[in-house]
Amino acid sequence: MQGRKQADLARSVGISPSYLNLIEHNRRRIGGKLIMDIARELGVDASALTEGAEVELLNTLREAAVDHESAAEDLPRLEEFVGRFPGWARLLSDTRRRARELEHSVEVLSDRMTHDPFLSASLHEVISTVTAIRSTATILAETRDIDPEWRDRFHRNMAEESARLAESAEALVRYLDEASSTEFAGSTPQEELDGWLRSLGFHVADLERNLAPDPETLVRRSSGLTSAAARQMAEAYLRRYRQDVEHMPLAAFQEAARALAFDPAALAVRFGVDLGAVFRRMAALPTEMVGGEIGLVVCDGSGTLTFRKPVEGFPLPRYSAACPLWPLYSALSRPMAPVRNRVEMGGRSPRSFVCYAVCQPSQPGGFDGPQVIEAAMLILPEELAVLQVAEAPREVGTSCRICPRGACAARREPSIMAEAF
Amino acid sequence: MGKRVLLVEDEPNIIEAIRFILSRDGWAVETHSDGATAVDAVLAAPPDVLVLDVMLPGKSGFDILRELRAAPATESLPVLMLTAKGQLRDREQAERYGVNCFMTKPFANSEVLEAVNALFEGAAGAA
Repeated sequence: MQGRKQADLARSVGISPSYLNLIEHNRRRIGGKLIMDIARELGVDASALTEGAEVELLNTLREAAVDHESAAEDLPRLEEFVGRFPGWARLLSDTRRRARELEHSVEVLSDRMTHDPFLSASLHEVISTVTAIRSTATILAETRDIDPEWRDRFHRNMAEESARLAESAEALVRYLDEASSTEFAGSTPQEELDGWLRSLGFHVADLERNLAPDPETLVRRSSGLTSAAARQMAEAYLRRYRQDVEHMPLAAFQEAARALAFDPAALAVRFGVDLGAVFRRMAALPTEMVGGEIGLVVCDGSGTLTFRKPVEGFPLPRYSAACPLWPLYSALSRPMAPVRNRVEMGGRSPRSFVCYAVCQPSQPGGFDGPQVIEAAMLILPEELAVLQVAEAPREVGTSCRICPRGACAARREPSIMAEAF
Repeated sequence: MGKRVLLVEDEPNIIEAIRFILSRDGWAVETHSDGATAVDAVLAAPPDVLVLDVMLPGKSGFDILRELRAAPATESLPVLMLTAKGQLRDREQAERYGVNCFMTKPFANSEVLEAVNALFEGAAGAA
């Protein structure tokens, strides 16, 4: 901190100079109002003071640089660039992120154009109708000696096909209108759901009350869900949330979680539920109640993440596949065998977490249906996991592309971070 | 015996229009609307020219063409394919399966007539 006395700054935001010193040296994590106050006093953006944001900024710029040979040469001076020109760096990073989002939208759209059965069927219908009209109209216009019986028949066909064309064109426009107002906006239903859950803090207070509204009503009332697909996914999420609430009411669960030191296995026994349900319930506890953040990721049998609740210091990939060393995937390969590991998330300031994971099969289609499996991993910052795990932490990352662990045996693709570490 | 064309198409009003223009030109026009039984219909009485739609109920025009090319009686039958899917990939697929002429909808009546006649004359010339 230069150009300003630490004591002055501490006083102006109402904290002691020694506390500010701890914050400065990353010995205390802060957030909310205090960080806003310090940022205002220093005349900088709050995100510039948070290491997570800076790391994210550096990562985005590294990714951008690697895609451009000429910029890759300047990689060693990246941090200097961010330090000297934070505004330009942010602009570049935002532009890069926006470009990635747009590329993603293009992929979604192109996938839709190629595979969307409704669009394909509608266009086929329109073209077939137009063909019949054009062909019939030409006959009527160019055949002077047409038999009156044939002429009447062709007139009827024309009327019939015109009505059909109007109908299919209307359906097509309706479809495109709906699509452009929702998913064409650039995200998938999963991302829309993720954003909505984030806005709720992953805690659905309405469902925690007695006489809670039903999930359909809640989704209908919410403003953050626009596409039909995202609404449907949200309803399914809320139905399961409600079941979890019934089995583990908030007050009782909160008390038990504290008494049992956030041990998911002990909580599962106490409430007579499976581990997956306890994970979901723990991740739905309000942050202030827990005294910290609890993260949760869920994946299906293909390893695709279907639920992401991040926790500071454990970034989750948005587009790319996750780190194969996550305990989530160890659990996925061994259904019904619970996994607990200490992990250390790589980065400039590595942080340790205790992860609990389990994979549970189900038979939603009965004995004749396919087995559906789902794995979940609870991410507890080490200070929250009162049960100490003695083992050495397993080194993990977010996803290979931005992982600094160059010598990782499970690496899928080279990292763009090697130069920076 | 006059020249015979078989039209495999499932849109009744397109069938009616093509039937009309080809009939006026002296063609005996037979039609078939079901993709699943189209191969049997062609093999039962191979026409001089086959006009084949791609999107058919039961079996696609591509599959019908492939099966016809595998049968000795129809391996060189002149085939005009009509499709609402005009993309390059469809055209390439049709050519790979041995189509003689490929036309995208909406077509002009005169083009269909010319193509059918050209296929007939080409086959007659080759024979």
